[in-house]
Amino acid sequence: MCLYRVLVLSVFLSITQAVDRSNFKTCDQSAFCSRQRAMKPGQSSYTALLETLELSDSHLTVQLLNNNNKVLLLLELYRLQGNMTRVKINELKPIKARYEVPDVLITDPPTELMSVVAQDEHRVVLSLGGEDWRLILSAQPFRLDIMEGPQVLLSLNSRGLLAFEQLRIRKDTAPTSGEEEEAEEEVDQPGMWEETFKTHADTKPNGPSSISLDFSLPGVEHVYGIPEHADGLRLKNTDGGDPYRLYNLDVFQYELFNPMALYGAVPVLLSHNTHRTMGLFWLNAAETWVDVSSGQGSSEVPQTDVRWISESGIIDVFIMLGPRPNDVFTQYSSLTGTQAFPPLSSLAYHQCRWNYNDQEDVSAVDQGFDEHDIPYDFIWLDIEHTDGKRYFTWDNNKFPQPKDMLQGLLDKRRKMVTIVDPHIKVDSSYKIHTEIRSRGYYIKNKDGGDYEGWCWPGNAGYPDFTNPEMRKWWASMFAYDQYEGSMENLYTWNDMNEPSVFNGPEVTMHKDALHGPWEHRDIHNLYGFYVQMATAEGQIQRSGGLERPFVLTRAFFAGSQRYGAVWTGDNAAEWGHLKMSIPMCLSLGLVGISFCGADVGGFFKTPSAELLVRWYQAGAYQPFFRAHAHLDTPRREPWLFGPDNTALIREAVRQRYTLLPYWYLQFYHAQRTGQPVMRPLWVEYPEDIATFSIDNEFLIGRDLLVHPVTDERSSGVTAYLPGNGEVWYDVHTFQRHDGAQNLSIPVTMSSIPVFQRGGSIICRKNRVRRSSSCMENDPYTLYVALDSQGKAEGEIYIDDGHTFKHKTDKQFIHRRLSFTANSLSSSVARIWSSYPNCRRNGSGLLKEYETQDHKLC
Amino acid sequence: MSCALLLLLMSLALAMGTGAAVEIQRPRGVPLSKRQFYEENKPFTCLDGSSTIPFDRVNDDYCDCRDGSDEPGTAACPNGSFHCTNAGFRPAFIPSSRINDGICDCCDTTDEYNSGATCQNTCREMGRKERESLQIMAEITKEGFLLKQQLIHEAKRGQEDKQGKLTELQGSKKGLEEKVEALRTVKETAEDPEKEAKERHLKAWEEQKELLRMEKDKTRMAEAFLELDDDADGYVSVAELQSHLELDPDSDGSLSETETQGLLGGADKVDTSTFETVWSGIKDKYLSEVSQGQSEPPAPVETPQEESRDFVSDHDSDHYPEDYAGEEEEDVEDDEEDDHDEEEEEEKVPPTVQTPEKREDDEVSMPPYDTETQSLIDAAQKARDDFDEAERALREVDDQMKNLEKEIGFDFGPSAEFAYLYSQCYELSTSEYIYRLCPFNRVSQKPKFGGSETNLGLWGQWAGPEGNLYSVMKYDHGQGCWQGPNRSTTVKLTCGKETVVTSTSEPSRCEYLMEFTTPAVCQEPASLDEVLHGHTEL
Repeated sequence: MCLYRVLVLSVFLSITQAVDRSNFKTCDQSAFCSRQRAMKPGQSSYTALLETLELSDSHLTVQLLNNNNKVLLLLELYRLQGNMTRVKINELKPIKARYEVPDVLITDPPTELMSVVAQDEHRVVLSLGGEDWRLILSAQPFRLDIMEGPQVLLSLNSRGLLAFEQLRIRKDTAPTSGEEEEAEEEVDQPGMWEETFKTHADTKPNGPSSISLDFSLPGVEHVYGIPEHADGLRLKNTDGGDPYRLYNLDVFQYELFNPMALYGAVPVLLSHNTHRTMGLFWLNAAETWVDVSSGQGSSEVPQTDVRWISESGIIDVFIMLGPRPNDVFTQYSSLTGTQAFPPLSSLAYHQCRWNYNDQEDVSAVDQGFDEHDIPYDFIWLDIEHTDGKRYFTWDNNKFPQPKDMLQGLLDKRRKMVTIVDPHIKVDSSYKIHTEIRSRGYYIKNKDGGDYEGWCWPGNAGYPDFTNPEMRKWWASMFAYDQYEGSMENLYTWNDMNEPSVFNGPEVTMHKDALHGPWEHRDIHNLYGFYVQMATAEGQIQRSGGLERPFVLTRAFFAGSQRYGAVWTGDNAAEWGHLKMSIPMCLSLGLVGISFCGADVGGFFKTPSAELLVRWYQAGAYQPFFRAHAHLDTPRREPWLFGPDNTALIREAVRQRYTLLPYWYLQFYHAQRTGQPVMRPLWVEYPEDIATFSIDNEFLIGRDLLVHPVTDERSSGVTAYLPGNGEVWYDVHTFQRHDGAQNLSIPVTMSSIPVFQRGGSIICRKNRVRRSSSCMENDPYTLYVALDSQGKAEGEIYIDDGHTFKHKTDKQFIHRRLSFTANSLSSSVARIWSSYPNCRRNGSGLLKEYETQDHKLC
Repeated sequence: MSCALLLLLMSLALAMGTGAAVEIQRPRGVPLSKRQFYEENKPFTCLDGSSTIPFDRVNDDYCDCRDGSDEPGTAACPNGSFHCTNAGFRPAFIPSSRINDGICDCCDTTDEYNSGATCQNTCREMGRKERESLQIMAEITKEGFLLKQQLIHEAKRGQEDKQGKLTELQGSKKGLEEKVEALRTVKETAEDPEKEAKERHLKAWEEQKELLRMEKDKTRMAEAFLELDDDADGYVSVAELQSHLELDPDSDGSLSETETQGLLGGADKVDTSTFETVWSGIKDKYLSEVSQGQSEPPAPVETPQEESRDFVSDHDSDHYPEDYAGEEEEDVEDDEEDDHDEEEEEEKVPPTVQTPEKREDDEVSMPPYDTETQSLIDAAQKARDDFDEAERALREVDDQMKNLEKEIGFDFGPSAEFAYLYSQCYELSTSEYIYRLCPFNRVSQKPKFGGSETNLGLWGQWAGPEGNLYSVMKYDHGQGCWQGPNRSTTVKLTCGKETVVTSTSEPSRCEYLMEFTTPAVCQEPASLDEVLHGHTEL
């Protein structure tokens, strides 16, 4: 038996050095994708029946006729507040309802009046407000154009790729007589009623239901977004290759520079040129493929064509018209919400490993950080802490006294995260399982029984998180009296929530599994979103609604930003993966998910000391800062690589801690405005073409520019400092550099090239202590970097760091800081009611400013 | 610095009430040894000499000195340190970042003077506990050290014994070598006549066999002649021979007339005497008509062993976690199949080629040796046996010597105090496994509830830090790990009266850590008074 096992593993190793591509579908292997993609641009078969046009206060409707099969669609057009247009297309009379994604939009988006400016038998011209914003609806063939003056900003169906597979009765089961109204006999194509991938059959009882639509963006050469892919920031042309795929999957040892689907999906694409930034939000949770094609449009103007293909549901697109990058962020966050304001401590350093073995191990690692004077806030426990992968339980031998352990951490003002995955061990003696089963909360298989699949615990059920009752129950499981051994300093990590099913098609769930009336096919990309939603809600509830939650998720969808942090999944200890962490998190930030990080050190494989140090240096300047390692790798706590490397890592982590006030301020803004925390340069310098493709450096907020060293044995990097007339200061040497230049920076192992923008004031806490909580009452040091006029501005935001009182009771301080004419002053940025800390510990702040007649509190 | 003009640092310093001092004689956080540098009402010079500041800027919660020496009692300097007196226990320095961080670090509570943390003065209690444990430790050390002396003594004696044994063995080895040589001569002397006699016997037997064979051939020839001579005219004709296709010289499947004629030496037919020459040409191929049709060798029956493969049931729940993330079922199955095959092959006994002994019916076994030859053989055999025995004895002595030399050559510590561990094993039982440490040999792990033993490493070397080399043993090159190195074990040795494995752990996959107590590492104890009072600041 033992020999047998060893052999199994050794062969397994040989085939798993990189992703096994054959486990995952290409477009050709996905029946609807290949069917749709076979359709080439040309004259659209759809006509808008203008005689059916109805215009109400809130929207316009018109029927679309498919001339080939005479099926009618209903088009709904909305002009939304904040310069957005929503386009919805569904069947006029589907034989059964088609899935429309719920819970992602934070409200029913408020509409604005639309008026007809002109109309004839060929087209209707609608006003979108302003002087010259127009929407032109052309009848034959059907297309939409959004215009600003004479300029086309965006066209829909201009390439005639609108395709909407209507639901139908299967021919071999339908009555064959008396179907006179059937205009044209449509021929079933292979894969419409069933499909097999490897050994997995997809029964498709509803038949074909896919949808497709094309968008043309004249004048656009740069498009971004549609995460998650291990690819550069700027999207590539997909001509001749596979489209970018959005289908949440647990991809083992993923490859870089690849359009393959990964753990999460946000169907939002941004376009940008020097004049305008726009966004497309394709609200569909089914498997989706996105083709991007950039080239010359008519009259030699560059143009980018984008085509979306989804397996089911309806077409529901939000066109965000910008025009500035921050307008698009505001527009998108008005739809799906902003980044949850995290507890301050979760912005500090996290120490994780699969696995910290037992309580003694946890305590030794905790002690190690103190001995080496390296701060940390969270220590994490992976799946091995549980009793046989039964989440919400503890391994009795390894963690006999979880509360003692948590109290020990609490005494040092530190915290812990345990993993809670959504696959539930099928075991009649496991309370969580029996409860879910008896309440009927499991996802069902196509035959109506509880769906079961293999995951960590062996045979497992998957709770139906799309069910609000189920989510409510799940949330209640985080109550202190339900989750035994939990305490207020215990937080949660949702892994494997794509969902991962080891023996399922593409390592995930069968598409014909059932969530109530809906197929898994319809909701797939939403599953992880709901898991995190329910978990975050549980954490809020256990504190009586007082404390902010912290939940990390691997799978995500549009709107996931509202529930916590994401990370880029199971990366590897390779320089390429370190580099890739930047564009991956930048892409997520562009679509609302600011709290992003990559496993520091790399999950699979073993980093060299140099790679580990460089990864700490880069990770210290990325939003979610957590080291993690695979079970089979040697230990890599920061002090295990000799005193020199320990010192380098200590310094990187300390830099993070000094900047925590700045990070916290950025997340405060992200929560209020939807602006990304970690930003591509072009977001702040939208007219500087040189910034459009940069993804080896980035901004944190507006004021810090970071160019991590991501090459082995590097002796220097070249950083682009943007902004004509700007000045930038090296934060370590205070050396001044002019903007709009490529700056060569020699580096040593201790270098982390970071620059502060001239004209900014950044607040730091320079007394780095054991954990961020220990620094709560420490003084701030202001770093005032003057611009060429000798001025600078900044902000300071202070609250208790962990509750909702900033919101419910307006307990915070938010002041604007200004330095001009050699004098520092501050003014109210936002009105607050009170902040207790001000009275207790704020005397220092007051004192300093009283002399200048300023009061912070 | 021109940039200093542009980049201004401003500190919103939090004024800490320095309040009523715990120590009146010296500023907060200053150890007695440095008291003289902090003279009240005199300007303070940073201890690194970098600058001089008015005394009221000492401990004013703002960092002035690069070395942090102006803020010994506040957290203002990132590189400062704070001195706790810890009366009743042991004084200590803590990083100044731990001052007023809400966590009690100094047992005398002096680090938390303005954080709101409620700390208890635990110095006396800790002092008592430490004294107790030191006392226990000292006793253990004392006794352990005595035991160690004994061990050293025993090791020395043992070493001498072994050396003596070695010398003794060297002596007997010489004797044995001589004996072996002598017996070799005896053996060789006895073997020559044996060989000659045997050869003689064999030759006679061969001759007899040849005669028999020729006779038999003749009989066969006569039989063949009769068989071939279908018309019984006393001649074998071309036609009669042509039916024997097996004789076809060019193997084209037909025996032509010319070919047959050729076989018959150019004649159309031959009589009995001429057939003798023909026979010698065809006898190897010739198939008797009687036996023909029976000579088909039986076709080997292929029995491929179709394994019954029930993989689904093989998926015990432990399996997945080992492999981690994302592998698909089919792959796992594929792999397992591959492995299965591999395994099968490995387990397969090499096919025993059934070479049926060529027993010719007419083969007659060799007649027994005559008595003279037999006695020569017996004599030679005895000489051989004697020689082999002597040689074996020599080998044994050699082995003993090698083992002794190996043991003597081992590094058993400066005074060979670890020698007693040699060829011993020590076990520790945990909830799942029994761990076994055989010092200077190997470490292993055996599941309690069935399963085979895993090698956690073979003796490598002493691996303690410089100056304390003999405090750590390293065992490596154990059983290989999936996607990892070979298993290895670090054994940490601490002083104890008993020789026991006290704990084991696996801090990193396949890297084991074992704690082991032995008197052999006990150091000469300092006097107890020294231990208890040497470092206490009163």
